[in-house]
Amino acid sequence: MITLARRRLLSTVALTTGLVLTLTACDSGDTEAKSDGPVTITVNNMPPATEKIQRQNFLDDVAEFEKAHPDIKIDPNEGKMDPATFSAKLAGGQLENAFYVYFTDPAGLIARKQVADITPYVADFPDIQQIKPNLLQVFGDGKGKTYGLPEGNYTMGLVYNRALFQKAGLDPDKPPATWDEVRDDARKIAALGNGINGYGDYSKNNTGGWHFTAEMYTRGGDVATQGADGKWTAAFNNDTGKAILQQLHDMRFVDRSMGERQLLEWADLLQQMGAGKLGMYLATADNIPTIVAQYKGRTEDYGFGPVPGAQGALGGGGGYMFSPKSTPAQIKAAMAWVLFRHANPARIAAGKERDAKNKQPVGLPEPDIFTGAAEQTYLAANKKYANVPTENFAPFVAAQPSIPLKLEPPNAQKIYAVLDPVMASVLTTQDADIPKLLADAEKQVNAILATVQ
Amino acid sequence: MAYAFLSAGLVCFGLFSWYPLVRSITLSLQQDNLVTDPQWVGLDNYRTLFDDPLLGIAIRNTLEFTGLALVFGYAIPIAMAILLNELRHFNTFFRLAVYLPVMLPPIVSAMLWQFFYDPGQGLFNTLLHGAHLPTSQWVQSPRTAMLSLVLVSTWANMGGSTLMYLAALQSVPPELYESSEMDGASLWRRIWHITLPQLRFIMLVMLLLQITATMQVFIEPFQLTGFTNPDTITVMTLIYRYAFAVNQDFGLAAALSVLLFVVLSAFAALYLRITREQTV
Repeated sequence: MITLARRRLLSTVALTTGLVLTLTACDSGDTEAKSDGPVTITVNNMPPATEKIQRQNFLDDVAEFEKAHPDIKIDPNEGKMDPATFSAKLAGGQLENAFYVYFTDPAGLIARKQVADITPYVADFPDIQQIKPNLLQVFGDGKGKTYGLPEGNYTMGLVYNRALFQKAGLDPDKPPATWDEVRDDARKIAALGNGINGYGDYSKNNTGGWHFTAEMYTRGGDVATQGADGKWTAAFNNDTGKAILQQLHDMRFVDRSMGERQLLEWADLLQQMGAGKLGMYLATADNIPTIVAQYKGRTEDYGFGPVPGAQGALGGGGGYMFSPKSTPAQIKAAMAWVLFRHANPARIAAGKERDAKNKQPVGLPEPDIFTGAAEQTYLAANKKYANVPTENFAPFVAAQPSIPLKLEPPNAQKIYAVLDPVMASVLTTQDADIPKLLADAEKQVNAILATVQ
Repeated sequence: MAYAFLSAGLVCFGLFSWYPLVRSITLSLQQDNLVTDPQWVGLDNYRTLFDDPLLGIAIRNTLEFTGLALVFGYAIPIAMAILLNELRHFNTFFRLAVYLPVMLPPIVSAMLWQFFYDPGQGLFNTLLHGAHLPTSQWVQSPRTAMLSLVLVSTWANMGGSTLMYLAALQSVPPELYESSEMDGASLWRRIWHITLPQLRFIMLVMLLLQITATMQVFIEPFQLTGFTNPDTITVMTLIYRYAFAVNQDFGLAAALSVLLFVVLSAFAALYLRITREQTV
């Protein structure tokens, strides 16, 4: 009996093991693209069905592109860059030929060889020369190769609630220009009561580290600097870093102008702004249409000023990179699509006119990706078809040209993950030891930066 | 013929249990960018893992969560089941009320409690303030963050355990209670000397299952405090952080997953041994 049972057990184990090994051997292989006939490419960043106008614009662009390029067929998908699903899509062969990324993504993707090298095809697209070189560099490896194309970029500023400013007796056309003024104005706005916070900041899931970096730049500091030997070191454990954290701590626990609830991440401050419960926060201009559309704010209630301190502003943006499993024909077709939709100087004016007709916001003070004649075309179209109260953004537009733009540090997400709990600590713990927090974070960030080549 | 009937189960088990397990172990020994062929790196991922100070923090937090969950989440369902068993009226209503949180998707429960825990305008502090009692920072304070997560988990999951204990209580012979009542035993003595000994086996099984489940806690710390908070980061949130949020390193995430698997296997083996002994 025992012998029979053992034989059955061994048979079952052998059968299961064989099944598993068969499945492992049958791991996904790449599907070959067809080499004859039209080239079909998949792209993402199609607006969801809930955004009817934007989605229709997208589909109209697809139709126009396919008419101009009868040998290219586009299969669009919704969604942008989502780190949680990116790897699964890449492994499963589902990653789009042209997929959206944020400026923080290219460095890691290039280092892990998860994107296609488009350098051989750049010369085939003269419009690329009209894109700002420093934005193209974000998608390069620093050794002359290019792996993507920018689609838009942003500069951090101060989004503020003009209505609350007015109620608090502040001038809505004069947002605070220094961090001391931010503290004073936040105190006055918080004094309105009714759950209104004067200033808001992030401290969860890397957003706190991102904002600490932005605030370092506004005071002329850096989070990481590169020495003459090419090595990077942490640069925030100093008076500037301490001043930022001390001010946030004091606004939270002394002035009580930041509200009780902390551990906030991206959408939380937009939600508060939309509900009329927040005076101001560091953000980019494209937050305003989101606050209006998703969180039911009113465009006329919001102003946009330069970052306080004005010694530097964090820049960022988005663009497209290309699946490494694409064929050369697919890569060229995908590049043609990206440039057609986002970087074609001949379509700028018509695009702005269409947006204005569809009541999409035109005239927001977002930096464009163009240079030279294309930039002039962009600025003229933005002005001609503006349908937002551009006077509310005048403080930003006036100050921006004199504020240096700085991009994110290398290994940004890992650094933000270290700085996030520092922000969380000063905003939730009354007796937070700021020098110790900075010293501990410096050690960890230096360990991260030591791996940067 | 028997194997034909067995094959469906084997296929499911192979596809959803054994295959991911073998792939995880393999992945923990590789560096894989999901494009080119994976590179075998031996134990490098494990070395990186053990060099990360966050590992010790995550393990400590996970053990703290498990310990607190045993104090609250283990005792409360037993007490609740005994209480429900003694009820003479509205049994169905209270059983439904206890089980209702289990039917909510875990992320919904976590988001609900995020509102409860808001130190400014949340339900709990509003009630405490109204009753002139001291308020709390809940998940925002290192002293109360972990306990706050345990309360969410207990509330969301105790319904299932309660019903298991309740089912076990239904099988306790009523003659035992009758004879003890005739002997003048109080309610507490009946619980201590009859109810709990009768529930001993199910309690032991539930203890092991609870330890296994709580060591894999993810939703509550992820939603309420995030994957960067050193006060509440657990092994599972660290795995998420390695794979998706910060490192984008599947090999490292797989290494930690294998480590967790080894630890939980010990508990699973103990569970199997105890249940086999009871069956024999």
